[in-house]
Amino acid sequence: MTAVLQSVLDPAGPQAAHISWLWWLMFWVTTAVFLVVFALTLAAVWRGGRAQAAIADTADKPLAAAVSFGVALTVVILFGLLGATMWTHRAVLALGAESAVTVNVTGHQFWWEFEYDEAVPSQRVTTANELHIPVGRPVVLKVTSRDVIHSFWVPNLQGKRDLIPGIMSAIWLQADRPGVYRGQCAEFCGKQHAHMAFEVVAEPDAQFERWLDAQRQLASAPQSAAASHGRDVFLTTQCVLCHTVRGTPAAGKVGPDLTHVGTRGKIASGTLQTKPDDVAQWIRDPQHVKPGSQMPPTRLTDADVQALSEYLVNLK
Amino acid sequence: MLEDPQELEETWADEPGLWGWLCSVDHKAIGRRYLGTATVMFLLAGGLAALMRLQLSRPENPLMGPDLYNQLFSTHGTTMMFLFAVPVMQGLGVYFVPLMVGARSIAFPRMVAYSYWMYLGGCIFLYTSLFLNTGPDVGWFSYPPLSEQLFDPTKRPDVWAQMITWTEVASLAVAVSIITTTFKLRAPGMALNRIPMFVWAQVVTSFMVVFAMPAVMMASTALILDRLVATHFFDVDRGGDALLFQHLFWFFGHPEVYIIFIPGTGIVSTIITTFSRRPMFGYLAVVLSLVSTAFIGFGLWVHHMFATGVPQLGASFFTAASIIIAVPTGIQFFCWIATMWSGKVELKSPMLWMLGFFWVFLIGGLTGTMLAAVPLNIQVHDTFFVVAHFHYVLIGGAVFPLFAAFYYWYPKIVGRMLSERAAAWGFGLFFIGFNTTFFPMHILGLHGMPRRIYTYLPETGWGPLNLVASSGALFMTAGVIVVLLDAWRARHAGALAGDNPWAAPTLEWTTSSPPAHSNFLHPPTVGSAYPVWQDSPDQAVVVGLRSDVRDVLVTHLLDTEPDHRSVFPEPSIWPLLTAIATSVMFIGSIFTAWAVVYGSIPIFITMVGWFWPKSPDEGGTQPWPATERTLPLPNEAPEGAMP
Repeated sequence: MTAVLQSVLDPAGPQAAHISWLWWLMFWVTTAVFLVVFALTLAAVWRGGRAQAAIADTADKPLAAAVSFGVALTVVILFGLLGATMWTHRAVLALGAESAVTVNVTGHQFWWEFEYDEAVPSQRVTTANELHIPVGRPVVLKVTSRDVIHSFWVPNLQGKRDLIPGIMSAIWLQADRPGVYRGQCAEFCGKQHAHMAFEVVAEPDAQFERWLDAQRQLASAPQSAAASHGRDVFLTTQCVLCHTVRGTPAAGKVGPDLTHVGTRGKIASGTLQTKPDDVAQWIRDPQHVKPGSQMPPTRLTDADVQALSEYLVNLK
Repeated sequence: MLEDPQELEETWADEPGLWGWLCSVDHKAIGRRYLGTATVMFLLAGGLAALMRLQLSRPENPLMGPDLYNQLFSTHGTTMMFLFAVPVMQGLGVYFVPLMVGARSIAFPRMVAYSYWMYLGGCIFLYTSLFLNTGPDVGWFSYPPLSEQLFDPTKRPDVWAQMITWTEVASLAVAVSIITTTFKLRAPGMALNRIPMFVWAQVVTSFMVVFAMPAVMMASTALILDRLVATHFFDVDRGGDALLFQHLFWFFGHPEVYIIFIPGTGIVSTIITTFSRRPMFGYLAVVLSLVSTAFIGFGLWVHHMFATGVPQLGASFFTAASIIIAVPTGIQFFCWIATMWSGKVELKSPMLWMLGFFWVFLIGGLTGTMLAAVPLNIQVHDTFFVVAHFHYVLIGGAVFPLFAAFYYWYPKIVGRMLSERAAAWGFGLFFIGFNTTFFPMHILGLHGMPRRIYTYLPETGWGPLNLVASSGALFMTAGVIVVLLDAWRARHAGALAGDNPWAAPTLEWTTSSPPAHSNFLHPPTVGSAYPVWQDSPDQAVVVGLRSDVRDVLVTHLLDTEPDHRSVFPEPSIWPLLTAIATSVMFIGSIFTAWAVVYGSIPIFITMVGWFWPKSPDEGGTQPWPATERTLPLPNEAPEGAMP
């Protein structure tokens, strides 16, 4: 099997584990059913092919008994699978919500907004395309969408849930071991549905709390001349119309919050790395990287783009 | 008033030339056109699929961007579901149901002619739009809000929504005609328990069409109203509901699967019976399975929406229904196996495709039980696992039986035999290609590959299996080409078929190949469910129908006792003109709501022409001359006592 980034069959949490158990149960049962029924088909063709004449249908009685037995067995197997399904469904839904982390997930064409819920508004953390969760604690995701229907899906952790405008629904998940799990939009949402990925970073509790604290801080001041120039470019061009960098006047709400974009591993919804070259490529011509995405091309000089990239990747 | 064979044929023939072709109301001509057009649609949509496989054969393929890819997959799905699968099955019904029930014509022949022209209009409209870069691009189910004006300001979703309207009109008309043909035009003696399995399947399907299509009509019409006159049915910001569309669509969409699959099972039962040389095992059980499938089929639509977050109790109900529907299908499987087990099986070309059907459809049906389970469903929903599943179900349940039907009935329609050797090659290539293309998609889905993505990153690891899948498409294409080339060759060069090359039991094989204009010189009566095999050689025929007009015998629904004679309509240009007027209105209504107002005037005029009062010889009914019963009820008298 080739190495794949995400898989239903490699569960990292209780929900995905229950579902994976159900998968293997159904896989083996249906495989057995397939083998038996297809073998019967071949046997019937072989037997019928050697017959000199068809059996008169008055002699169908024993055959009727066999068919009835087959149908009865089918019903028994189906009800067995139904029972297993109901049991798994309960187990998947039964995760306790105590000490849960609550995250509001909002879908956008074509990126993910994550807001960590806190009673005190100033303590809320808003980030994009990278969801941090503590290992071993249940997480409640309250999902909705601002534009079209998307679907939140991390195969290694839990089944998917649609993000539907006008409707908020909640889904629970939990990671049992640390790691980075890839997720991707699973409901066709337009031109860049293919590049609407995100990452779930599961880390130990203490590390998670440190991350959360760091995310609450305002953006750091630029440390180099280039980054400083980059901030000026950012604040004096169209960037501010869509993006927020807390601690600066930039407060746009259309695109992802960039306050700590430098801490995120990827940009453009999992498409490019957060490295100066990739960021510059994205800023210069987003329509080449992701045709149909909402980010317009910019008309900046190469020097300005370099400086801007320098500024952004250092927003730790 | 005894029949004059020559006069009879002249009465039922079309006028020669283009005019006669345009005016034809002959169900055989219309059936052939349906089948031919549907084949072209299959090839076009298959071509689009091949382009999609080319694009996905490697990660970040620069071949095409999302704008084109989205049009390709939307048009592929839309074509296969609306312009291939349903019409091809209905076309088979239009051609064979009247022949199988021993009738001279289909009921409402002008309406059937109209339905074909509407269907053709929908096909031309969709592909003209695609070549003008306005093909549908939001999927074959076009969910709002993505399909709303705000997110897709082009005309592409309008093209999708209006194409639905064309096909609805066409398929509803055919459904009504097939139901009426089966209920009122059956040969005397063909009681309910003697109706051929294929006809049962067509009737059950037609009832499903009648109940399912209005739901999608609501959905697509409400969508186009939202887009055209801002009605806000699905506009969340103004009190609409995005989920409403999904419920309406899938209330049609799930039965649609059975609308496609049930005629397939009718073909399977027909062919297995013929080549097992014995009556269908468990006829009653299989008919009841079809009917119960049709009923349960309307109770599963929510399993397409589990990921929207359905409450547990509601979801459990739909899970149970989705699993239970496997029971009637299981009954049919066991009855087919029992028929072959106790029969004398001949592995002719149609039976090869039957073996393919068993393999492919079994896999599709079994992955279907997995999709019924909510927890598994929410993992694999909208991934390539589902793509694999429904191709196994639909190609297994419809396309394999259709290929079998093609080999089985080609001799009847064309009068010549296809090559058995080419059939084996065509089957082998298609079968291997199909499994190579679609089996790996199960694994891709489990590895997290969502459907409807125009490309993927190399690090996802999906590249190798996608390459395998794409290579299988080559074999499938080769298989289709072998079959088509052989069909092209055989139409003049194939061995003459004769009336009944397969020694098959049903009535369509008692007439010439291809059938005469009047179908039967003397319409038959039947004394059993398998007239060719079981009826006595001196089985009575229907006499007393006029040969100078299109006289048809109408019988009672249950006992098929003759009821009255009906003079069927002559060929007419009005169905075509009405279809053109309707199509013009549909096209106009994409651009302005006023088209509905002005466009209905030509439709009204053409309808007046169509229904212009006729002389008694051009239509109307005459009482059947007999004043007393001519036939015993099927349960009243032994078989040998037929007159």
